[in-house]
Amino acid sequence: MITYLVKYYDQMLILLLEHLYLVCLSMLISLLLAVPVGLLIARSKWLSTAILSFFGVVYSIPSLALFSFLLPAFGLGKMTAIAVLVIYNQYILVRNTVTGFQSIDASIIEAGYGMGLSARYMFLKIQLPLALPIILGGIRIATVSTIGIATIAAVIHAGGLGVLLFDGLRMNYLPKILWGTILSSLLAYLANHILLSFETKAIERARGECRGDTA
Amino acid sequence: MARTAIEFRNVSKQYANTSQYAVAGVNMRISEGSFITILGTSGSGKTTLLKMVNRIYEATSGEILYFGEHIKNLKLEEYRRKIGYVIQQVGLFPHMTVEENIGAIPQILRWDTDTIANRVNALLELVCLSPRDFKKRYPRQLSGGQQQRVGLARAMAADPDIMLMDEPFGAIDAITRQNLQEELIRIQRKLNKTILFVTHDVSEAFKLGDKVVIMHEGTIQQFDTPYGIISKPANEYVARLIATQDIVQRLKVLKAQSVMLPVDAQVSDRAFRVGTEESLHNILTYFLEHDQNHVLVEDGGRGVVGKITWEQLKVSTRQGKILSA
Repeated sequence: MITYLVKYYDQMLILLLEHLYLVCLSMLISLLLAVPVGLLIARSKWLSTAILSFFGVVYSIPSLALFSFLLPAFGLGKMTAIAVLVIYNQYILVRNTVTGFQSIDASIIEAGYGMGLSARYMFLKIQLPLALPIILGGIRIATVSTIGIATIAAVIHAGGLGVLLFDGLRMNYLPKILWGTILSSLLAYLANHILLSFETKAIERARGECRGDTA
Repeated sequence: MARTAIEFRNVSKQYANTSQYAVAGVNMRISEGSFITILGTSGSGKTTLLKMVNRIYEATSGEILYFGEHIKNLKLEEYRRKIGYVIQQVGLFPHMTVEENIGAIPQILRWDTDTIANRVNALLELVCLSPRDFKKRYPRQLSGGQQQRVGLARAMAADPDIMLMDEPFGAIDAITRQNLQEELIRIQRKLNKTILFVTHDVSEAFKLGDKVVIMHEGTIQQFDTPYGIISKPANEYVARLIATQDIVQRLKVLKAQSVMLPVDAQVSDRAFRVGTEESLHNILTYFLEHDQNHVLVEDGGRGVVGKITWEQLKVSTRQGKILSA
C-alpha cells in the first residue's frame, strides 16, 4: 500500500485536485442558484412547499440514474458531473435557506420594520446574520454529500478520486480501492470539520454569545 | 391648546379573506402629549387600530393624519423613525448588544459616535438600567422585564414624538409589570410624549391612560377619561366591562380632583393634604387609619384647591357603583 503511494503519489494528487475542483465548482454554482431561489420563495408558504417537494423528488433519484439521464444533454465528462451535483445540492441548500429565513422570530422582523429600518439594512444586518447558521449547516451537508457523489462521476469520465475506486474494483487491486476510499473519506471529514467551525461561529454570533468586534 | 398628534378619519380595516371589518369607521383625535390607552378583548380591533398608525397594517379606507399630514404621503421609513414602537414580544435583535440595539436608528441617522454613546447611556438610565452593567450585554442575558426596558429605550432612541405600544407588559410578571407601569407614567410626565398603549387589562388601561379608548367589534364604544367612563359608561358593553372590576379597583382609578369639592384658596386648616392625582383608594385608606373626616387637595403651585370629606367619598363611590352595575 505504501509502495503504491510512493510510486503513484503524483497521479493521486492530480485525482485529488480534480475531485476538489469538481466539488468546489459545483458548490459555487449551487450556491449562486440556491440562495436567491431560497430567498425568493421563503416569503410564500405555498411556493416554498411546492418547490421544495419538487427538489425532494429529484433528490431521491439514484445518482447513477441521473448521470446517465443527463448524458445525452451534456455528454461524457465534467459538465454532466457538475450539472448532476448542482441539481442534488438544490434540495439541501434551498431548503436550508428557506428554513433559515423563516426561522427568524416574526417579532424581530416586525420590530425592525416598525422602527423604520430599511429593507436593505434589515436583510444585511438582521436577517442574514440570523439565518446564517442554518444556511451554513446546509452548505456543510451539501459539501460532504457532493464529495461522496462526485466519486461516482468517474463512471462518466469526469475524473476525480472515483477513478481510483473504480479502477481498483475493475482490476481487483486492493491498494487502489483503499487509497480511493481513504482520500475521499478524509476529504469529507476535513470539509465537515472546517465548515462546522464556521457554523459554530455563526451560531454564537446569532445567539449573542460572542464578544466579537461587531461595532 | 395642544396640537392634534394623530387623527383618524373614518378609518376602516378589512383583512383579506374575511367578511367582517377588524376596524370599522373609527374617528378619533389624539392631542399631543396625551397618554391614551386602547382597551378591548382579543378580536376587538385594538391592535389593528394601533398598527395602522405606523403602517404595519394599511387602512382599507379612511385617512390617518400625523400632525395634519396624510401618513400615506410621508416617506415610510422616515415617518416610522419618528414613531417609537414597542411590542409585547419586544423583538430585540439577539445578535446585537443592548448598546447596538438602542443605537441602531441613531446610527442610520448618522449621529456621531459620541452622541450615540451619550444617548444610549441617558436612555438606559431613564429606564433604570445601569449603563455600565447593561450596555455590553446581549438580549438573552436579560430577564423579561429588562428586555422590555431595553425595548422601551430602543423605541425612544431617536426621540420620537409618538410612542405606539402593543401590550408591552403583557408577558411580564405582576410585580415587574407594576414597576414598569409606574416608570412609564414617570417617563411620560417627564418627556411629555404622546403615547398610544394597547392593553386588554382593565386596571392597566385605567391606571395609565389620561383617556381610555374602549374598542369592541371594531368600533369605539367610548373615548373618555377613566372618571368619565366609570361615572357615565356610554353603553351596556362598557358598563359590563368595568363592572368586572371590584369597588376597590375602581377607587384606585378615581383621582382626588374628580370628586373633590372646590374650596377657597385661603384655607388654614391643618388637615392632611393630598395631590390632585392621588387615588381615592389611598384617601380611603387614610380615612380608615386616622381619626379624620376630611383631607385637603393641593395642586402643586396653586395651593389648596379642594377638599374631600368622608361623606363625599362614600357618596361618590356609591354613585360610581350604581351607575356601572
